[in-house]
Amino acid sequence: MLDMALTISLALILMAIVFNTFRLVYGPSMPDRILALDTMYVNSIALIVLLGLWLNTKTYFEAALLIAMLGFISTVAICKYLLRGDIIE
Amino acid sequence: MTLYVILEAVISLLLIGGATFAFIGSMGMASMQDFFMRLHGPTKATTTGIGCILIGSMIYFGVLDRKPVVQELLITLFLFISAPVSAHLLGKAALHLKLERAEKTQGSPAEIDDDANSIKPEPYPEHGRTLVLTRKELEEKQRQ
Amino acid sequence: MNRLSRWFPTPLLSLVLLIVWLLLVNGLSVGQLLLGTFLAISIPLFTYRFWDTQPRIQRPWLLIRFIVIVLLDIVTSSIQVAWLIINPKRRMRPVFVEYPLTLKEPFTITLLANTISLTPGTVTTNVRLDKSSLLIHALDAGTPEEVIEQIRERYEMPLKEIYEC
Repeated sequence: MLDMALTISLALILMAIVFNTFRLVYGPSMPDRILALDTMYVNSIALIVLLGLWLNTKTYFEAALLIAMLGFISTVAICKYLLRGDIIE
Repeated sequence: MTLYVILEAVISLLLIGGATFAFIGSMGMASMQDFFMRLHGPTKATTTGIGCILIGSMIYFGVLDRKPVVQELLITLFLFISAPVSAHLLGKAALHLKLERAEKTQGSPAEIDDDANSIKPEPYPEHGRTLVLTRKELEEKQRQ
Repeated sequence: MNRLSRWFPTPLLSLVLLIVWLLLVNGLSVGQLLLGTFLAISIPLFTYRFWDTQPRIQRPWLLIRFIVIVLLDIVTSSIQVAWLIINPKRRMRPVFVEYPLTLKEPFTITLLANTISLTPGTVTTNVRLDKSSLLIHALDAGTPEEVIEQIRERYEMPLKEIYEC
């Protein structure tokens, strides 16, 4: 049962990432692209956690944590750049 | 024995439910009309979905190791703290760039409609609305 | 007391740092506890000049009740937004609402803005710099007055009771 659930959720997350890629490529404005990238980070965390469940290992959680932090910081940095035209004033 | 079957069912339900939420959030981001409506899907649905998946994984490894695993709780907490902050900053950037909104939107915030005495970002005409001048370039342009 | 507050300028932050460190290393041993305590004391000592003064929590039990309500609202709001997305027949009525604030402290305003972003159908898009109103975008709402009334009753009044009385 768990194997089937893992397969289904991996497929769903993969389709979500395809949607994100669509918005990343065709997004008419810069904030759209940043939003797509931010959502992609979050979805990739899910992908890594599911991979850890699939391979039955806990090694990947540090990677998930790092991706969460880097995704947030980079989103904030790019938004700050759009707002001010400068990151560190 | 039955306990393990029930736990397996709960974990499967959490995983599939979480993945469905993440999928619907991304679908909303791909299909909505204007940016402010697209902002809603990833902020709420995707964050909750990832929370469900992480809690499912937490239960799985807790049962497997026979001791509580709490690391995933840290990621969940961090995501729930950071999601509204990044949504707020994205919304602020969109207001600053004065992005178009759907015509049926009610209400007219002063940030978009009233263009008095604030330095407006000037897009490069050949790139559409996507690029913004830095402050130095803007000052040079105003001097000319 | 004076000596204690010199070593612990922000006691709550120290506690949170210790807990986060123990969660991060995922274990409870004496060495990790000592290292965590060292970090929890030294990080606030080096950075407390950058922190705003935080208002005192007047009623802790109400805070716990508020947290439970917000957690339940996050789940309902996700289901609501998901239903709005997958149902093609439903017409959405997006609306920009200017929400007049009655809270005064920057910390509580931040808390309210984040709560609004995570709960049904609304995202805070701007905090006006004069700290008297928020700009909220609602995905599906009838009139601005309904949104304002709902938020004021459900989130702002409890926050005001908890922190500012």
